[in-house]
Amino acid sequence: MWGMNLLESDLFSEFDRMRREMDQIFGAGGTPAAGIRSAAAGAFPPVNVGASPERFDVYVFAPGMDPGSLDVSMQNHLLTVAGQRSAETPEGVQSYRRERFDGEFRRVITLPEDADPDRVEARYQDGVVHIQVQRRESSRPRRIEVH
Amino acid sequence: MSQQAQQQMSPREERGMQQQQAARSREWVMQPPVDIHENGTGITLVADMPGVSKDRLEVEVENDVLTIEGEVSIPMPEEMKALYADLRSKRYRRSFTLSRELDLDQIRATMKDGVLTLHIPKRAEFQPRRIQVNVN
Repeated sequence: MWGMNLLESDLFSEFDRMRREMDQIFGAGGTPAAGIRSAAAGAFPPVNVGASPERFDVYVFAPGMDPGSLDVSMQNHLLTVAGQRSAETPEGVQSYRRERFDGEFRRVITLPEDADPDRVEARYQDGVVHIQVQRRESSRPRRIEVH
Repeated sequence: MSQQAQQQMSPREERGMQQQQAARSREWVMQPPVDIHENGTGITLVADMPGVSKDRLEVEVENDVLTIEGEVSIPMPEEMKALYADLRSKRYRRSFTLSRELDLDQIRATMKDGVLTLHIPKRAEFQPRRIQVNVN
């Protein structure tokens, strides 16, 4: 139906595989040793985090936001994304379903220690906050020249 | 709105959807959360589909079943490994059964910041009419 980007598709199957493994290890009902700052399953907004040799990519799936109301901050290796979204029902209508998140949210994402809080960029596109956090040089794999 | 209209529209996860899912059962599909409300002129459906751009969205009506479908496309560097994931699929799909008084040819769709808004108007003959009361 759509042109399939192999890389993307591989990455999502990687996300899926990892999630299934975690579900198997800890049971889908919640992990006995969840990260102290992790959110309950199904919390808004969903977050994906990926790592590559140069940086961490954090994707916060928060559609319908005013980018100005988004608050992205980083302290040491803790990334915080906060904001407010209103999904109000107009007056004088009959409402059948209200499943969309309405209100304030805050999610704290613990990144690995080598995340550099001074080199963070965020942009908002198609309802996804994409945050790129560079890794500190020292921790990158280094190529050693052999003379 | 009449009770009848509500029952017919009340969108259940339909047989059509189950069949579609069975056909593609190997792929995990996410159900986007929706708000649905109705006023005199029609029904408005709002769906959260973050990561879906306009050109990767499909809105389809077949045999009175409305299906919304979209594919997530986000920029990702090569050599990326997943550290954590709440979202584990890149495809959203959800279907609703529509009722007869809705004008399926006049559905309007807009997509902004990952939010799909569909307005499905009622046929003119089903829109509420103000009746003039003559007093002699």
